[in-house]
Amino acid sequence: MAALSSAVPPRIPARRRRGVPFLSAYYVGLLTLLYLPLAILVLFSVNANTSLSFPLRGLTLDWYGQLLEADAVIRSARNSLVVALLSSVAATALGTGVALLVVRFQFRAKAVLLGLSVLPLIVPFIVLAVALFVLFRAAHIDLSLWTIAIGHTVVALPYTVLIVLSRLIGFERNLEDAAMDLGASYPATLRLVVLPIIAPAMLAAALTAFTVSFDEFAIALFLAGPDQTFPVYLYSQLRFASRLPIMIALGVLLMAGTLTLLFAADRIRRLR
Amino acid sequence: MPGRRATFWALALPPTLWLVAFLLAPLLLMAALSFRADLRGGILVPWTPTLIQYERLFGEGTYWGLLEVSVLLAAVVAVVATALAYPLAYLLAFRAGPRAGILLILLLVPFWTSFLLRVMAWKFMLGSEGLINSFLGFVGLIEEPITAILYNRNAVAITLVYVWIPFAMLPILAALQRVDPRLFEAAADLGSTPLSQFRRVALPLSMPGLLAAFFMVFIPTVGEYVTPLLVGGSSGSLYGNIIQLFFTQGTNYTFGSALSMVMLVGTVGLVILGLRLVQPRRFVGAEG
Repeated sequence: MAALSSAVPPRIPARRRRGVPFLSAYYVGLLTLLYLPLAILVLFSVNANTSLSFPLRGLTLDWYGQLLEADAVIRSARNSLVVALLSSVAATALGTGVALLVVRFQFRAKAVLLGLSVLPLIVPFIVLAVALFVLFRAAHIDLSLWTIAIGHTVVALPYTVLIVLSRLIGFERNLEDAAMDLGASYPATLRLVVLPIIAPAMLAAALTAFTVSFDEFAIALFLAGPDQTFPVYLYSQLRFASRLPIMIALGVLLMAGTLTLLFAADRIRRLR
Repeated sequence: MPGRRATFWALALPPTLWLVAFLLAPLLLMAALSFRADLRGGILVPWTPTLIQYERLFGEGTYWGLLEVSVLLAAVVAVVATALAYPLAYLLAFRAGPRAGILLILLLVPFWTSFLLRVMAWKFMLGSEGLINSFLGFVGLIEEPITAILYNRNAVAITLVYVWIPFAMLPILAALQRVDPRLFEAAADLGSTPLSQFRRVALPLSMPGLLAAFFMVFIPTVGEYVTPLLVGGSSGSLYGNIIQLFFTQGTNYTFGSALSMVMLVGTVGLVILGLRLVQPRRFVGAEG
């Protein structure tokens, strides 16, 4: 979402507005295709039958009602929330550290540190998942929500590093130099000058990390113990057709929640 | 400055320890396992290195063949998704005017919703009792459900292209937004047609974005095992599914590690190659 504010290009002279009808039609067509599955999920969640086929038997809100009593479903959503919060906080803290080191310090292992932090971007998730799985087996660490959170922190770290890094590169060092000239210690300068400047970027990083984790399945499936996150639980329930509408009802609610959160975050960033 | 030195270590230690423990160590452990004959005695015991797992991997055609299929499928999905995303990025960067922001949000909304649920939605649409088939049967166009559109590799590829289009658009959009619109005017003033303006100005300048989009789709797709599980059926599995099997049902960590190592080395190698190709300087000022 960081690109949104800069997405508005300068006005274009009229003679260059060629091809707009074709491009617009293409946009509308693709958009329809992108929203079709979402519409189907919403339809499924208010469909009276447990399978979605024509003719529809009627509409109902029963699935949403039953959701309130479906403890296991609710618990899986709560687990997802806990894992996403943990990994988002950890990835933002670690990522901010890496970004500060890379931009403000000179040291020999800088390229190695930066390279390692963004490495998960180019490692397929299945490889990371099985590697962590073997590590936890070797170290006799029982799989739990903690192990999922560790995996998600690893894959969210590249995003948090890059988001905070781009903000740090964008602002001048003068403010820090001024603070230190006026007698502030280096830690105090970090806390009082640098941190407020990068705070919006840290918030954006945390939100990105949160959404990366909340929806993640490929790694969570390997690292989940008895307590499952929502995608893992959803996957385990796919075999039972009768449970499906409730799961999808929750999925629709979670979607609505995620979207509200993201739009709110975008608004907050614009107010600043 | 003592404060600065202390701050350095306070900032450096947590991420370093974290990366060593949860990124480097697991990958090295996996590499080590791939050079073992079996896991007799446990995971952390001394052993004699052997190439037996790799000999099996390259000796039996099935694994190598599946890797080729997966790489090919990922390449096709990445090319198609990038190509389909390009006009969207072009519209947003040059033609959408002040509405670009809202048009971008609308495209990204589906991407922020659950991956698993979106893939399942395709299943509800394509399945033999799904929307398309039951609708066609209901209105009497077909007697038997069409089964060619689910549980094979085509379904996997179609679903993945659909999933990745908004994602592939982002790096292309970022590259196009850096193009100075005056370049088009200059080209037009010098007599360039709209098509050659696109071919000789926009396309070369968006090359880094195109390559980024390709790799941003290719890497997750080549290791994909979830989509094949959901819509691929028995004939649609990919290399990632084999890795998953060796670590879950047919427990064989050593061979699974060798399979993973091949995938790891392959993708990292490809990315390094790709980065060599896109030294951005090569594209600036090209074609005079």
